[in-house]
Amino acid sequence: MSPPPTASALREQQAYVAAQAADARVNVELDTGDMTLNIGPQHPATHGTLRIACQLDGEQVISAEPLMGYMHRGYEKLCEVRTYPQCTTLINRIDWLGSFANEVPFILAAEQLMGVEAPPRAQWIRTILFELSRIANVSLFLGDMGVQVGALTPVFFAFRDRERVLNQIEEVTGGRFHPNFDRIGGLKDDIPRGWIAETHAVMAKMRGFCDEMEDLLMGNEIFQTRCRSVGVIPGDVALSYGLSGANLRASGVDWDLRRDANPGLAWDQVDWRVWTHPDGDSFARYWVRLQETREATKIVDQLLDGIPSGPIMAKVPRIIKVPAGEAYVSTENPLGEMGYYVVSKGGLGPFRVKIRTPSFSNISVVPWVMRGTYVPDIITILGSLYFILGDIDR
Amino acid sequence: MADDTGDEQSDDQAGDEAREALAAELSELLGDAVVESHVEAGQNLWLRIDIEQWHAAMAALRDAGFAYFGFLSAIDWTDAPEGRYEDTEFDAAGVGEDDDASSATAEETVRRGGGETRFQLLAQLHSPARHAAVLIKADVPPADGAPASVPSIIDVFAGADWHEREAHEMFGLVFDGHPNLEHIYLPTEFEGHPLRKDFPLLARAVKPWPGVVDIEEIPPELEAQLEAEVMAEFEASGAGA
Repeated sequence: MSPPPTASALREQQAYVAAQAADARVNVELDTGDMTLNIGPQHPATHGTLRIACQLDGEQVISAEPLMGYMHRGYEKLCEVRTYPQCTTLINRIDWLGSFANEVPFILAAEQLMGVEAPPRAQWIRTILFELSRIANVSLFLGDMGVQVGALTPVFFAFRDRERVLNQIEEVTGGRFHPNFDRIGGLKDDIPRGWIAETHAVMAKMRGFCDEMEDLLMGNEIFQTRCRSVGVIPGDVALSYGLSGANLRASGVDWDLRRDANPGLAWDQVDWRVWTHPDGDSFARYWVRLQETREATKIVDQLLDGIPSGPIMAKVPRIIKVPAGEAYVSTENPLGEMGYYVVSKGGLGPFRVKIRTPSFSNISVVPWVMRGTYVPDIITILGSLYFILGDIDR
Repeated sequence: MADDTGDEQSDDQAGDEAREALAAELSELLGDAVVESHVEAGQNLWLRIDIEQWHAAMAALRDAGFAYFGFLSAIDWTDAPEGRYEDTEFDAAGVGEDDDASSATAEETVRRGGGETRFQLLAQLHSPARHAAVLIKADVPPADGAPASVPSIIDVFAGADWHEREAHEMFGLVFDGHPNLEHIYLPTEFEGHPLRKDFPLLARAVKPWPGVVDIEEIPPELEAQLEAEVMAEFEASGAGA
């Protein structure tokens, strides 16, 4: 029988075991493959209910597959059993942050089929409300992007200042989010007294908001590290996936429907420019949207000073019957190219409506761009692509 | 104001000339793949492609600079057997009362670029460099009571992936060569193709349609009076001048 081990021998033995275990931990390669991570359906970065099923290897994304349909409302089918004026109620709810902008291309397509053109005053006010929708929509993104990467303050500034723009929209249309104000042949009402001066003041405030965002976020080292060279989309990939709007311009493609395929609104009457960025990463997408919001406030300021006088409705019959034919009109909405392909057989309602929504194409690039990125970048990329779920699911 | 309209007209004319030139150029590029081309004044350019050469034509268009993939969808040209649900008689009575253009519902005046088949593919491509867009159609012939399968263009435009899946679930079109032709919006077990015209929209069939009541209750003499009021207001505002 051996003598009991001394205290020092015991300590030596324990130290030996601990060292062996530590070695083992270092040397054995852990099996990290095949983990599934579900992002959503409820997540602040999804602006609705979008689920993204990610296959992970450790921290790295092997594949990411967006799964949508949680909010599919079948608008294309519902439009077939409605009259043209009734369709705009549905269309308002596609991109719910920039509702007025949704109505415009559909109304323009119906006007094109009817051979009606809205009077100049209506076109100018339409353009102003369109740009106000853009500012209201994109300013929320400018704050929200901060939340996605961990900065809480900007989003409160964004909600505060967006409200000013929504108030201006409400004063004209009566609705903050769903104005339903555009009519075939013009607009429902004229602008109220004093509105022009108020809107000028709000535009100055919004430029201040853009400066604030630039100070708070774009110069911030953490924000830059989280966004620069994350989610890089080259221009040719962006084109083949049909990305549009700021996502495409942030990939260096100089293309804006407002300038290049103006369907008759007043953009060609004012002085403004299209901003592009060569990088194609999340930072570039933020930068382009910030510049565009500034540019939009300038467009609104110029348009406000030059609204022509005259009627706001063209002569249209009380019951709207659209002659047979097909038309496709798309405009540069806050999220990108939104278009309506309207087929009429001469009745009170459309025979078929194909709704081309920007977010559907914008988000289809996700499986491509997420491959090989890391878990925290998933949210940065989703946030910077900026989609509205109603705009994907229709 | 007169100057403005003059400018717009000349803009439209220049646009139409450009569209005509583009139609001629693309017809030459694609050869016999183009069945028909159509330019609608001041609007758009349509090309109808032979379905056999759908893939090759799309690739050729991409290489010719039409690199931006707008959308891909389909149209079902049959009339729904139940009509438009709300009130077919009313709808039919409204057409052609006072407007000659709206009574021309014959198929050939509706379809831009022609075609006879029930299903037509519809796509849009855009050339950012040339600031030009083209709408592309192709007839999908029937085969054994179902639409014939169509070549997938997913290798030409990566973005066509989701659009083809949507057309598959909504219209029942089959795209050859698509790796993952599954439902995109609808549940996996969903049966039927909702955007086909013979797919009933039950909510509309069983419930009276609210909108039609509003319109129908206006008596004809009041209608004429309202029309006159609108016209008087319109002329008073100086729009006719």
